[in-house]
Amino acid sequence: MTIKSEPFVVNVGPQHPSTHGVFRLRLTLDGEKIIDADMVMGYLHRSMEKLAEERTYTQNIPFTDRTDYLAAMTGNLAYVMAVEKLMDIEVPERAQFLRTIMAELQRIASHSMAIGIFANDCGAWQTPVMHMFRDREKILDLFEMACGARLTLNYMRIGGVSRDIPDEWMPQAKKLLKELPKRFAEYEDLLLSNEIIVARSRGVGVLTPEQAIAYSLSGPMLRGSGVAWDIRKADPYAAYGKIDFDIAVGTNGDAYDRFVIRLAELRQSLHILDQALDMMPDGPVHQRLGTSTVQPGTQPIAPLVFRPPVGEVYSRIESPRGELGYYIVSDGGPSPFRFHIRSPSFINLTPLKLMTVGSTLADAIVILGSVDIVVGEVDR
Amino acid sequence: MTTCLTGIQIAHLIDGQFPDAVEDAQPEFATVKSESLVEVLTWLRDDPDQEYKFLSSLTGVDRIQWFEVAYHLESFKHNRAATIKVRSSDRENPSVPSVVPVWPGAQLQEREAYDLLGIRFEGNPDLRRIFLWDGFAGFPLRKDYLNLPGGQMPGLERFPGEPGAELSGRGTE
Repeated sequence: MTIKSEPFVVNVGPQHPSTHGVFRLRLTLDGEKIIDADMVMGYLHRSMEKLAEERTYTQNIPFTDRTDYLAAMTGNLAYVMAVEKLMDIEVPERAQFLRTIMAELQRIASHSMAIGIFANDCGAWQTPVMHMFRDREKILDLFEMACGARLTLNYMRIGGVSRDIPDEWMPQAKKLLKELPKRFAEYEDLLLSNEIIVARSRGVGVLTPEQAIAYSLSGPMLRGSGVAWDIRKADPYAAYGKIDFDIAVGTNGDAYDRFVIRLAELRQSLHILDQALDMMPDGPVHQRLGTSTVQPGTQPIAPLVFRPPVGEVYSRIESPRGELGYYIVSDGGPSPFRFHIRSPSFINLTPLKLMTVGSTLADAIVILGSVDIVVGEVDR
Repeated sequence: MTTCLTGIQIAHLIDGQFPDAVEDAQPEFATVKSESLVEVLTWLRDDPDQEYKFLSSLTGVDRIQWFEVAYHLESFKHNRAATIKVRSSDRENPSVPSVVPVWPGAQLQEREAYDLLGIRFEGNPDLRRIFLWDGFAGFPLRKDYLNLPGGQMPGLERFPGEPGAELSGRGTE
């Protein structure tokens, strides 16, 4: 006797804990096997690219906080670097180091969340996430001391950073850097050879190096497939050129490798921070730009309206999720003619169908967790 | 450091291989004719001296006189970057060839450019709207969206006293 069967459509999301936001995955199942996958996105589309065409270059900085809201510092940095490249602005040495330090602290905070939530998706319900939040809170405290905000930071400025760190910042940062290695060792003990995580993620969502490059992947997704490409090394920006660190590279290109790379990058970020805190010189944190008015005894402020020359620029950095690029076309006016965000979360989703078709529904959750999307950045 | 090839350099390289495929060369980018786009990009990807195997970013721009699509390419092997563009001057129904056969990573980005700018990518296997819903009227990143000069919202001044402020479509009545 044959049993009649037909494909079954399952909607994962938009409200689903493993989509990390409002993202919908429409899976067609044959039994438990996925035979088709379709992504439905746009629930968080705020048309930032259109909004930015109406605002000045300085007014656009807060938008960059709100794309990847788990890594606002790197969003800020990528955008101000693009405008600086367009206008040929030199940034003072101390600001370059502050940018590097903040970007690496942000990477630790962001990767911690990615690791905790990935463990969550694998079945370690909430405990790892809470451990990760403990570290992240300390980093957010440091951000609060430096710029007054914890999530949407708005710290970088065109030509430098908004203000210098207060005197109490350095001792607290050094204290945190002493604590973190112990924590990371604990996570490595708990998670790296954790039977459940290994069983759920080994050999799941495999991408070969050729596929990873052809699909424009970046960040831990690309390095997980064994491609040693990191923009911090390949095209050093801020103070990365003066700092020594290694690129973590995977071998199998599966979900487990991406997870291991994020853990390894935590260690590398600490290594970078150790050096950068020691090497940071004294000096101004903001370039004095032509039209800014500076009152004696106050911080120099950025001019209200920038008018870059006619032209265009594409500038990218290594955000925690991969290559974060800003493409800006200027018509010589006070606001961008075209403002495009090349967001790693969005482009890293391209091979999702390739990775999920043929695996099971439970694997799809792990695969999506290993991509580490932030829906604010997917939809923009 | 990544070497960024200027448009003149990359245009010269393409000219050597495909005479009269280049339409325009600027300091930042080279514009390639639409009919030879896929050919040129495939050569840039496969030639051992170029090896632009990574499509960094794909973006559409509304230049008012024409639509253009910018391809930011990257060669990991040589650590080089280059920008290629293609134009479509059909205001009503702009269309350029799809590069999904060259880089599958262009799939979602082409859908985004179609969704927001209405540029059709001929040959894209799954060209649908991505952020906005089917049936959404118009393409919001076009400069003439809602028929407002400069595509701006009424009531929003560009800048007080800014030349061109009268173009901003604000209600003066």
